[in-house]
Amino acid sequence: MGYFEMAKTAIRSVISRPATLMYPARPGKRSSLSRGHVVIDVSRCISCGMCMKKCPSEAICVDKEVKIWTIDRLRCVVCNSCIEVCPVHCLTMDGQYSSAVLTHSGLETFPITYVKPERPKKNETGETAEA
Amino acid sequence: MSRKIVVPFGPQHPVLPEPIHLDLVLEDETVVDVIPSIGYVHRGLETLVAKREYTEYVYIAERTCGICSFIHGMTYCQGIEQIMDLEVPQRALYLRTIWSEYSRLHSHLLWLGLFADAMGFENLFMNAWRLREFVLDVLEETTGGRVIQGSCKVGGVRRDISNERLAIMAAELTQFEADLSDLSDVFLHDDSIQSRLVNVGTLSRTDAYDLGAVGPVARGSGVAIDLRKTGYAAYGDLRFEPITETSGDSYGRCAVRVRELFSSIDLIRQAIEKIPEGDIEVKVKGNPDGEYFSRSEQPRGELVHYLKGNGTKHLVRSRIRTPTLTNIPPLVKMLRGCELADVPVIVLSIDPCIGCAER
Amino acid sequence: MKIEQQTTVVIGIEHLIGRVEQFRKGGYRLVQVNCTKIGEEFEINYSFEKDYRFENIRIIISPDSEVPSISGMYWGAFVYENEMHDLFGVAVKGMNIDFNGNFIKTSIPYPFRNLQFQGEGPCQGK
Repeated sequence: MGYFEMAKTAIRSVISRPATLMYPARPGKRSSLSRGHVVIDVSRCISCGMCMKKCPSEAICVDKEVKIWTIDRLRCVVCNSCIEVCPVHCLTMDGQYSSAVLTHSGLETFPITYVKPERPKKNETGETAEA
Repeated sequence: MSRKIVVPFGPQHPVLPEPIHLDLVLEDETVVDVIPSIGYVHRGLETLVAKREYTEYVYIAERTCGICSFIHGMTYCQGIEQIMDLEVPQRALYLRTIWSEYSRLHSHLLWLGLFADAMGFENLFMNAWRLREFVLDVLEETTGGRVIQGSCKVGGVRRDISNERLAIMAAELTQFEADLSDLSDVFLHDDSIQSRLVNVGTLSRTDAYDLGAVGPVARGSGVAIDLRKTGYAAYGDLRFEPITETSGDSYGRCAVRVRELFSSIDLIRQAIEKIPEGDIEVKVKGNPDGEYFSRSEQPRGELVHYLKGNGTKHLVRSRIRTPTLTNIPPLVKMLRGCELADVPVIVLSIDPCIGCAER
Repeated sequence: MKIEQQTTVVIGIEHLIGRVEQFRKGGYRLVQVNCTKIGEEFEINYSFEKDYRFENIRIIISPDSEVPSISGMYWGAFVYENEMHDLFGVAVKGMNIDFNGNFIKTSIPYPFRNLQFQGEGPCQGK
């Protein structure tokens, strides 16, 4: 049987700083590996669709015809697998969580601006054509 | 002889973190019979194997539970590796062991907090969760996720921990262990806690074994079942003994979990000391063909993932048997004969996780 | 590298009770009971363990046959048998606590019996 087992902890709590952060006045703890939300660099995406194929929650949709990359933030489970399979590394992970939404729609659409550089081909005069 | 009345308990109750419904048959204040019922949060996760490739299903397996997520993912990967006869690098196995033990620390501290809350000891609840925050920080810094780590994959792990980081982790454990022993003194010796727990919800050794109790429920009654002794991951190389108590009451189950915290710290230290250099994953080729009952020790007890593949990229069946499901019959046994006021504490003492029990 | 040896014995449904009784007398504990749908048949696995030795017996039945309950020998088996009944529609005879299909509440009865998914394709719902 013990009495005053909590006394030591209680006294320490009185004299030490609070264990909590005054969030949001002070930013929350983040580490370099923290998974927040997926960011796309639309100027480098080659619309190969690997991220769409490997997404376990079917949150990503890539439309090759109209060149649109869509992510449903409410479906996305931030597992990092799209970032690992992207062949051109245009997807990155941002440490901040995507913000809360008031309506049931987490759809975010990004038009892909990447233009495939034309193969420099020899023309009759021997000069290379720039895309 | 008074007349019997039926009191419904749950699924919504201030003490319950998750929905379980109990019909308590009372005679005066004494519970004479209990009919448990679950089924409020069934998600049908097991059927998703028909829709997702076996390598992607690990993310779903992890999300079976929000507390022991890492061990779910690991057990699934281990099952696939056993079917496909993959030789996972030693470093990956050690990393899995380290993360599993951190998960156990985090789960037990969460439970200790909730248990203190169920007894009405709010101050202790906050102290337990403050210590848990340290464990969550380590998990986030090493895997990127606080509760859903996502660091396991078929054939190994997705992230390595540098040796410098491992040394820091081992050093930090010293202060953590000191804080923890202050907390454990309260749980093990405090007068008010003992008056709520001793001789409450007693489960005899024979009953625990016959009814299929696993984890701390079994070990609190003196049944030394600890699946880590089968030597999965790197547990075969580490020294530890299953922690048992003989009293079989709520205090015994609480004491098992408190003492397991220190055993987990010791296992992490041993694993950090012995971890070999090397690769963290092997390339996975082909599809699983065959079946395996992958078993592991979760914070709550024995976990079974039954996996059956037929040589295609989709498995035929994944069946997840979580410890809570098998701890429900022992719970019924414990509740018979107890006082109505003790029901919340006894229900909490099996660490119910209904979300995983129903999948 | 195998973690543990697991044996599976396929037996006829009429031998089930006798085999389970042997396990009970041998001091085994019930690990789990589960059901798998293979084609048009159901495979039911009963797993037992003693001193980390894992043994499994299996019966293969047609969807409309009735399975005898083992809850007389293992009292705690009712959770698995009710679950099997509620998800697959396997009729289990003589359970000690029969929830009559209300153990796991699902909006469609026996959801695992005939699996159907809505909204196939990578861009579902769009």
